[in-house]
Amino acid sequence: MPAALERRALTKMFAYCVRRVLSVIPIVLIVVTIVFFAMRMMPGGPAMALLGDYASAEAVAEMQRKLGLDKPIHQQYFDFLRQISRGNLGVSIFNAKPVASELARAFPYTATLCLGTLLIGLLLGVPIGFLTATHRNSLWDYVGRVVSLFGLTIPEFYLAILLIILFSLKLRWFPMIGGGEPGNLPSLLQHLFLPALTVGIVMSAFVARTVRASLLEILSADYINTARAKGLRERVVLVKHAMRNALVPTIAFVGVYMTLLLGGAVVVEVVFSRAGWGRILINAMKQRDYPVLQSGLMVFAGIVVVVNLAVDLLYAYIDPRVRYS
Amino acid sequence: MSFSRALFRNKTSVVGLVLTLLVIGTAVFSPILAPRDPREQSIRDKNLPPSRTYLLGTDRFGRDVLSRIIVASRASLAVGFGAALFGAVVGTVLGAVATFVGGRTEALMIKVIDVLMSFPTLLLCLLVLIVLGSGLSKVLLAIGIAFLPRFARISRGPTLTLRNIEYVEAARAMGAGNLRIVLRHILPNIVGPIAVMMVLWMASAIRIEATLSFLGFGVQPPSPTWGNMIQDGFRTITYAPRLALFPGIALFVAVLGLNLLGDGMRDALDPKLRGK
Repeated sequence: MPAALERRALTKMFAYCVRRVLSVIPIVLIVVTIVFFAMRMMPGGPAMALLGDYASAEAVAEMQRKLGLDKPIHQQYFDFLRQISRGNLGVSIFNAKPVASELARAFPYTATLCLGTLLIGLLLGVPIGFLTATHRNSLWDYVGRVVSLFGLTIPEFYLAILLIILFSLKLRWFPMIGGGEPGNLPSLLQHLFLPALTVGIVMSAFVARTVRASLLEILSADYINTARAKGLRERVVLVKHAMRNALVPTIAFVGVYMTLLLGGAVVVEVVFSRAGWGRILINAMKQRDYPVLQSGLMVFAGIVVVVNLAVDLLYAYIDPRVRYS
Repeated sequence: MSFSRALFRNKTSVVGLVLTLLVIGTAVFSPILAPRDPREQSIRDKNLPPSRTYLLGTDRFGRDVLSRIIVASRASLAVGFGAALFGAVVGTVLGAVATFVGGRTEALMIKVIDVLMSFPTLLLCLLVLIVLGSGLSKVLLAIGIAFLPRFARISRGPTLTLRNIEYVEAARAMGAGNLRIVLRHILPNIVGPIAVMMVLWMASAIRIEATLSFLGFGVQPPSPTWGNMIQDGFRTITYAPRLALFPGIALFVAVLGLNLLGDGMRDALDPKLRGK
């Protein structure tokens, strides 16, 4: 590409990146505000929720003072923002440990679960989507569609239970509980497999659907007929031309998958008692551990925002049309 | 080809319709269908396997599992239908009105929708439940609220198309207010696609309700829902896995029926496929 055009293309890409990154700020602000107000709208207020229904009025007032809830709301809001910007995520009321360190400790478990899920989801979903699109109305198509439907219908927690019954209780191939021994890779992988498989199967159903739909659309396009008319072998036509283009919307959908994945990961961590963020959040909700809940929700939301951002930037890199919109 | 003919020609959507009607029928007639009182406990008959007396066995309190599964269908369906209806009605109207009004209102709505939709639905529901508490009506509301952005977004397309059509301008010229225009001219055109979405989202709502109940945030025991039955059964999974398995089968059938029906409805409405 001539140098001038190349410069222009790079500038456009840069401009898009900057715009997209800056758009994160209002999103984060909206999320932080929603979490802030949600916490303060708990029935009876967070102080009462913590202490229980039978707490005396003095105890509630004392707790409110401790939590800083007796200050006017706008002051609380700005204190909260200041606190967050300093990276102070508060201290758990339940076990008096700093929230930040708890989240940091649990992060590897959730991160590896997400990566494992993504891997399994793509490894299963892309071939199934490909087969159901290219071998329409055959046995492959039928099997693929059934598997896809199964993944879309079954709730993750129930699939987890089915897999536990089969692989942990009957076959005894994989453990049922826990995240594995820290530092022991085989143990960690063994404890990772079933949870990742659970959410991976569900995700593969969505991936298969997307790949199938986009491949079907592409296969009826003109340039495919041109490639065939040129005398190219069918396999080359399918893989080199059709699949490459079919995968582009699949990547765009990764952003959507991530949200499915995170929701599924939360539930699956509870079922398998995996020490990840999902379990921390759910326990905090049950125990009314208000600082953990507030910071945990925000960090979780922050990750969702960052992941969506990364996916958007990746998609802009792959599909140049996006940058010009 | 008319919509119903297109729908009935499709075998999978007929299966979906049959399954859905089966589940609805079970829910409606549950007091008659359930062989025993779902809350009746029996210390003597704890954890029994399936037998002639208790067709699917008993749970750890000696309660008949089959009766509980039948009665649980009511709660699950009520939440599923209620949440989807709430999300559809409120979301569609809000989305259509905001899009129609345009300007900064529309821009703000788009931003909020994008933010909300980028989050896992489950987390949104949990956030709402923090505020509302637990219980059947709260879960219904929470799921409905989580669905609002999606329906608001769906109603944008047709509203944008219809925003500038002549009879809308004429109505405005005659002094009709924005809300009236939306209600009388725009919404009737969206009903078809929204109905399809509602069926599919009902399936989703039932799944989510089961998950929330399983996590302990939904309908509380002793009222049975499939989700909290599976949670209870999970405790005894090492020696009585059937207690977690059986309610899940009912749950799966319900969600499957609605998914198949919804897919069939969507295909039947699609003009490209109808010509066949």
